[in-house]
Amino acid sequence: MIPWRTLLPIAAAIVLTGIGLLSGSYAVTVLGFAFIYTIFCTGLNFFMGYTGQASFGQSAFAAIGGYGSAILCADYGWGPLPALIVTMVISGIAALLVGYPTLRLRGHYLAMATFALGLIVYEISIEWTSLTQGYMGYSGVPPLSLLGYELGTVEQQLVALLVLALFGIFISNRLRQSRFGRALAAIAGSEAAARALGIDIARCKLIAFVIAALYASAAGSLFAHFVGFISPEVFGVTMVVQSFAMLYLGGIGTTWGPMIGAIIVSILPEALRGLQEMQDIAYTAILIFILIFAPRGLAGLSSLFARGKSRKLEEA
Amino acid sequence: MALLSVQNETKRFGGLLANDAISFDVKEGELLAVIGPNGAGKTTLFNVISGFFPPTTGSIHFDGRDITGASPHRVASSGLIRTYQLVQLFKQLTVLENVEIGSHRVTEGGVFSALLRPPSMRRQEEEVRATARELLRFVGLEKQADMPADSLPYGRQRLLEVARALAAKPRLLLLDEPAAGLNMQETAALAEVIRRIHAGGTTVILIEHDMSLVMQIAQRIVVLDFGRKIAEGTPDEIKAHPDVIAAYLGGTETLDA
Repeated sequence: MIPWRTLLPIAAAIVLTGIGLLSGSYAVTVLGFAFIYTIFCTGLNFFMGYTGQASFGQSAFAAIGGYGSAILCADYGWGPLPALIVTMVISGIAALLVGYPTLRLRGHYLAMATFALGLIVYEISIEWTSLTQGYMGYSGVPPLSLLGYELGTVEQQLVALLVLALFGIFISNRLRQSRFGRALAAIAGSEAAARALGIDIARCKLIAFVIAALYASAAGSLFAHFVGFISPEVFGVTMVVQSFAMLYLGGIGTTWGPMIGAIIVSILPEALRGLQEMQDIAYTAILIFILIFAPRGLAGLSSLFARGKSRKLEEA
Repeated sequence: MALLSVQNETKRFGGLLANDAISFDVKEGELLAVIGPNGAGKTTLFNVISGFFPPTTGSIHFDGRDITGASPHRVASSGLIRTYQLVQLFKQLTVLENVEIGSHRVTEGGVFSALLRPPSMRRQEEEVRATARELLRFVGLEKQADMPADSLPYGRQRLLEVARALAAKPRLLLLDEPAAGLNMQETAALAEVIRRIHAGGTTVILIEHDMSLVMQIAQRIVVLDFGRKIAEGTPDEIKAHPDVIAAYLGGTETLDA
């Protein structure tokens, strides 16, 4: 039997998608971004939440995915799916090469190094105009297609993005609930203890970094197809800040936190649009309130019930 | 043949000689205690044996293989498992999951088997869980299995750390002051657990300050003082050893008129 903790978020996401589909193309676009960010944050959660390492540079891999898919599809006539997979492989290899030396660093130093990675790729996407068309951006990226059938409308794409986001969460959760996932959690808990139990820390961190990069790359590719246009700004510092807000708001290190955070951070500004110049203030105030009352993120709130249960067990 | 053989091990930190030409052997199935005043170099010795520091000179052989300077996870993989003086639990995880992680060394599988979950993997997962529950019963924590590790009182956290180390099926278990910070009751419970681990065939090296605990359970004792081994023998021999008495009672401070 599937527990309610799994069914409830899936049902909520489906209902939300249904509401979005009924509310017109603007809502569909907002939700689409939310699901793309869900994929990005699920990967980031893998590295930051499960493994406890900081990365401020995941936007670099989203850029590789986004530009890779844009160039392969618009200029070389590739199908979106092969382009998505090939760019994921490229991102994975890039993560392997970058991660091998970088992941020797810890804490703030790792954060700085990965931040630099994001900035370097951002600069490249601006300066290498023959490849990326610089500030002009890359337009004419075809929409997603599956098995030769093009998902021409945003509505169809939204459903595809929902399925992909849920699939991404499924994979991430499956990886977490395993010997490998436990080893990552061990590293997050205490590197010294993990080592003393025979866990190869460097190797595990590197694999987690590569997995996070694969998610980021896929998110970048999906963004390019969903919007049909990309520019350097898309994969800039804003993306990093945005994804961090989502991760901490939703609940870092939890299964559903990335999706909850991605949806709220995407929808909230739109819901507050009526407040006009007060919009940003109201938005940030709400974010702060959520973090005060749910410091472990919104997904962490469900553990309140679980905690009560285990306490009762102990008394029994 | 000795399971662990420490030969002329010296560890220098700049001008500080933490371990000075220490040699001793541990036989399979033995329970050895390492004692000595604060700063005698006991924890440094453990860190060198378990691969956390390479020795400056000398060698460490485990199970006939040279493990001098091998990385900690390699040493642990070969079956030499240590615990820490200050408990190092995975605090956010449940008590059960802490012990499950302990089984890393004796299980297999990476990313692909986690994704595909072949039947062998599922069987292994069931075994890991069953073993973890059994070990929690062994140390008396089975009722706390689903609680977060950091919600346990300190004494129980120590027992959890021991259970986690046992999940790795150690051939040699290094316990670094397991009774530190425990009250008498907890120490007695711990002594019982260590005795049963040893009775189960696991070789144990114990660093300990609690003399009554050491004298009760150790078969052989190595005494360190100022980084040097000053004595080695049975508890009775150690109790009567003049250098040990001097080290513990401060006999080095002679009064010259």
